[in-house]
Amino acid sequence: MKSFGYLRPDSVQEAVEAYAAHPGARYLAGGTNLVDLMKLGVERPAVLIDVGRLPLDTIEELPDGSLRAGATVRNSDLAADPRVRDRYPALSQALLAGASGQLRNAATTGGNLLQRTRCPYFQDLDKPCNKREPGSGCSALDGVHRDHAVLGHSPHCIATQPSDMAVALAALDAQVELYGTEGTRRLPAAEFHRLPGEHPERDTWIRPGELITGVLLPAGTAGVPSAYRKARDRASYAFALASVAVVLRVADGVVDQAGIAFGGLAHRPWRARHAELALLGAHATPAAFEGAVDLELMHAEPLRDNAYKVSLAHNLALDVLNRLAPAPAAA
Amino acid sequence: MTATSLGAPVERREGRQKVTGAARYAAEYHLPGRAHAWPVPAPVARGRVTAVDTSAALALPGVLAVLTPDDAPRLAEPEDATLAVLQGPDVPHRGWCVALAVAETLEAARAAARAVRVTCAAEPHDVGLDPGHRDAYEPKETNAGYPGRVEHGDPQAAFAAAEVRVDTVYRVPPLHNHPMEPHTSTAHWDGDRLTVYTSSQGGTTVRSVLAQLFRLPEDTITVVSEHVGGGFGSKGTPRPDVVLAAMAARHTGRPVTLAYPRRSLPTTVGHRAPTVQRLRLGAHTDGRLTAVLHETTTHTSRVKAFVEQAAVPARVMYAAPALLSSHRVVPLDVPSPSWMRAPGEAPGMYALESAMDELADALGMDPVELRVRNDPECEPGSGKPFSSRHLVECLREGARRFGWAERDPRPRSRTEGPLLIGTGVAAATYPAAAVPATASARALPDGTFAVRINATDIGTGARTVLAQVAADALAVPVDRVGTEIGHSDLPPAWLAGGSMGTASWGWAVHEACAELASRLAAHTGPLPADGIETRADTAGRADADSPYARHAFGAHFAEVAVDSVTGETRVRRLLGIYAAGRILNARTARSQFTGAMTMGLGMALTEGSTLDPAFGDFTETDLASYHVPAHADVPAIEADWIDEEDPHLNPMGSKGIGEIGIVGTAAALGNAVHHATGIRFRHLPLTPDRILTGLLAGG
Repeated sequence: MKSFGYLRPDSVQEAVEAYAAHPGARYLAGGTNLVDLMKLGVERPAVLIDVGRLPLDTIEELPDGSLRAGATVRNSDLAADPRVRDRYPALSQALLAGASGQLRNAATTGGNLLQRTRCPYFQDLDKPCNKREPGSGCSALDGVHRDHAVLGHSPHCIATQPSDMAVALAALDAQVELYGTEGTRRLPAAEFHRLPGEHPERDTWIRPGELITGVLLPAGTAGVPSAYRKARDRASYAFALASVAVVLRVADGVVDQAGIAFGGLAHRPWRARHAELALLGAHATPAAFEGAVDLELMHAEPLRDNAYKVSLAHNLALDVLNRLAPAPAAA
Repeated sequence: MTATSLGAPVERREGRQKVTGAARYAAEYHLPGRAHAWPVPAPVARGRVTAVDTSAALALPGVLAVLTPDDAPRLAEPEDATLAVLQGPDVPHRGWCVALAVAETLEAARAAARAVRVTCAAEPHDVGLDPGHRDAYEPKETNAGYPGRVEHGDPQAAFAAAEVRVDTVYRVPPLHNHPMEPHTSTAHWDGDRLTVYTSSQGGTTVRSVLAQLFRLPEDTITVVSEHVGGGFGSKGTPRPDVVLAAMAARHTGRPVTLAYPRRSLPTTVGHRAPTVQRLRLGAHTDGRLTAVLHETTTHTSRVKAFVEQAAVPARVMYAAPALLSSHRVVPLDVPSPSWMRAPGEAPGMYALESAMDELADALGMDPVELRVRNDPECEPGSGKPFSSRHLVECLREGARRFGWAERDPRPRSRTEGPLLIGTGVAAATYPAAAVPATASARALPDGTFAVRINATDIGTGARTVLAQVAADALAVPVDRVGTEIGHSDLPPAWLAGGSMGTASWGWAVHEACAELASRLAAHTGPLPADGIETRADTAGRADADSPYARHAFGAHFAEVAVDSVTGETRVRRLLGIYAAGRILNARTARSQFTGAMTMGLGMALTEGSTLDPAFGDFTETDLASYHVPAHADVPAIEADWIDEEDPHLNPMGSKGIGEIGIVGTAAALGNAVHHATGIRFRHLPLTPDRILTGLLAGG
C-alpha cells in the first residue's frame, strides 16, 4: 500500500508547524470522507496530521453573545447542543439531515466543511475530472449529472458541495475560524467555499496549511427564526438534491432580517443575496417571497438533466419562508 | 403425539452466532500464509488489452504477483463465459477483469492493482438500450428456459377490436443485487487438492464448475459456504471471485482471499437488465380482458445471452382469448446481466400490474374487482389447470385488512396539506418448482438425529426449516435434530435459488427421514454405536413433469404520501398477503416476505442505476449513490398468508417464498403514486426529480 506518516500533535500550533514541515500532509479528524478517498486513491497524503484529539471539542458562549463551536466538535454533539437547537435551529436541523447516525458521531465540524464532492467522476480514477486532475476534463458535463450544479458552475466543473451543515452556516452568517502560520483569521461561512471557475481543484479559500479551529455563530442571528429543509432520494443517508436554510425575522409584517442559502445547487452553499435584498423591508407575503426567490433562481443555468433542481429549490425556499413568517394579522 | 414443528415460528439456529460475530464468512478463514487479491478492471468498454505493465505494481512492498491474461493459469473453456477470466486480451465491457494483484495484505493488493498499467486498444462502444436497435432480435428462449414468444388468438386483431384499450410503455432501469457480503472466496491448494470457502448460493455447482475449469476430479475439490451474507440471485452460480482466487492461490502457492470491492460488483456479478416494456390490454366494457399483449426489450452483454423474462407473467396471470408475450434482446457492450430476485416476474409484473391499474382507470372499475373478474380457470399460456391458485382470496383478504373499501377511487382525492395521499394494489406471482436433491438422515443412540445435505443458508434460515421438516417426518421435537449444510462433503443438492431451495432440499430431507422413521419403527433393541442412516435422492420425482401449472400468488397493497413541494414519495403502509402453499416457518417466512417487499420498495422509489453512455459502465457504484432503502424509508410492513393446501407440489406442500414478495410491490407503489397524484409515471425509480417534474407539468 502507499505508506503514509502519522502524527498526532498536542496543540494547534504544533499541528500547523507539522503541516509546514511535511510536504503532502493532510489534516485528519473524523476521517469519514478523507479515509474513504484514500482507499479510492483520490487522496494520497504523505503524512496525516491527526487533529481529531486537539482540545477543540467544546462549544462555548462568547461575551458578545455569539457561540463558538470548536473544529472537532462532533456533528451529533453540535446538533444536540441545547443552545444550538434553541438559537440556531437551522444548524441543528441541517446536521441531523446529513449522513447517518454513525457518521455524525464520527464527523467533525471542521471536517464537515472540508468534505469533498460526491460527484461519481471525481471518485473514479479511471475517468477524467478537473477537480481531481486539473486539465483532464469534466466527465459530468455531458455525462450523468442529475445531481450536479445549476448555479455558479463553470465549463471546468459542475460538482456540488455536499455539506448540509455548511448551508445552514452560510445562512446564519457564521464565520469559519482559521489558524495558520500567519496567525488567526476568519472567513464568512458563505464565502469559505469557492466557485469552480478555472480551478475546481480548490474547494475553499483556505490557505495551504491553515487549520480550521472553530466556527462562530454570531449573536446577530441567535434566536432569529430559522429552518433547514432538504429534499433527497431516500428518507435518510442521501445527499441533497436541493436544500435550503432560511433565517427570517419579520417585524410588523415587514422583513427586517433575511438569510437564505441553498444546498445541492452549486460548488458552494449558495447564499441568495438577490433574494435577501429584495426581501429586506418588504412585506412578508407569499407573493414577496416568491418574487424574491425567483429573482435569485433566474440566474440558474441548469444542465441537460437537472432542470428540476430549479423548481425544487424554488418550492423548498417558499415552503420554509412561508413557514417561518408569522401568520399575518387577521384582516 | 408430537405436535408437528412444521409452520412453527422456530428461531433461526445460527442467529446467536451471527449477532455475536462468531459466524464465519468466506473472507474470515485466516489460513496460515493467506494472501489477498484485488482485481484490475478494464478501463475501456470495448477493445483489446495490448499491454499490461506490472513492473510498478511488483515493485511495491508486499506484492506477491500480478496475474495477467498473458501468464494466468489456462482454464478449460467454461460454459458460463463470464468465468473465462484472464484467458485472453478481449475486453467485452468496462470493468471486465484484466489483471489480478496478489499481496500480503488487502491494502497492498489494492495499491498494487492501482499501480498496474493496462494499455488497451479501444473500439467504439454502444451501451444504449433502444427497442428499435438494429441488433435487437427475438430469442428462442429466455432465462429459465421459457419460449421467447407465446402467442395465440390473433392478439393484434383482438386488441384493435377491443371496446376499451390501454397501450403503454414502462421502463425499468438496471438494478443491482448488492448483498451485504460482497462476492468473496478464499482458496487453498494442497497439492492438487483445492479447498474454497466461498460466498455462494450453491456449493455443489461451484464444485462442478471448478472441476471443469481446472480439469480436476470433483472429489479433489472441497467447497465450503457455511454462512452467506445474501446473494439475491447474484451468487446463484460461481462468479469470477472463486475462479480468480483459485488461480491466484495456484499461481502463488499461498491461500488467497478475493473479496470483490463493492464498486466492482455492478460490472462483475450480474445485474437486473433494464427493460422497456410495451403493454397493450384490450377489454370489454364490463372489464373482461379480450387481449393481453406484453412485449419487452432488454439488453445482454457480448459475453453471454441472458434474457430477462419480463413478459412471462402474462402467460400466468389473466384470462384473455388473445395473448402475446414476447421478448427482444439487444447485445451491447455492457456488463453481463444475470439473476436478481424474481428475474422476469419483478420487472414484468411491475409493467403488467401497472397496465391493469390503467385499465381499471379507463373502465372506471375497481382494480381489485378487475383482477377478480379476469382470474382464469387454467393457466393462459399453457392451458394447464393450476395445482392451486388463490389470488382472489389474497386480494379479498388484503382488501379487507387494508381497508380498501373506504378508498375514494378518484385520483388526487386525498390530501394532507402539501401531501398527496394515495393507495394502490397489485397482484404477485412466482413459479413453485423443485429440483432433485440428495440427503441423509441418521438416528443416533442418544436419541438425536443428524440430517446432512449440501444446502446453503443465504440468510433465509435453511438450517432451521430443514430441521423442522426432518422433525415433522420423524415425529420428534425439532431440538433433537441437527442439520449440517454448506459443505461439499455432504450429499449434493441444488442451490438456493428460483425459490426452489426449501422445496427441493426439504423433499430429500423428508424422504430420508420418513424412511428412517419406518426403519426405526421396525428396529428392536438399542441402536448401533454409529446409529442408523438412510439416504434419499429425489431424482425422477422432484423433476417429474407435472400436469399442473404451479405458482404462488399474492396481493400487495400500498399507501404513499407524495410531497407536492419536493416530489418526495414516502411509503406509509405496505401489506402483502400470500398464497404460497404451506408456510414452513412463520418467523423466517415473514422475514423473507418483508425483506423482499423492502427490495420492491427500493425498486419502485429509490434504486436507480445509469449506464454511462460515454464510459459504458454504471455510474452508481457504491451504497451512497445506489440507494437501497434506509430504515427510515421502510414503514410498517406487514406480510401474512392464507392457508393453502396443495397436494401437487412436494411432501411438505410448500411453495417457494423467497422472491414473490418483490414481485407486486413496485406496481402497488406506482399505482398508489398515480392515485395520489393523478399522474401516471412509467419510468422507475420514482425519484423526486421525476415526480416533481411530472407534478409541475401535469398538476
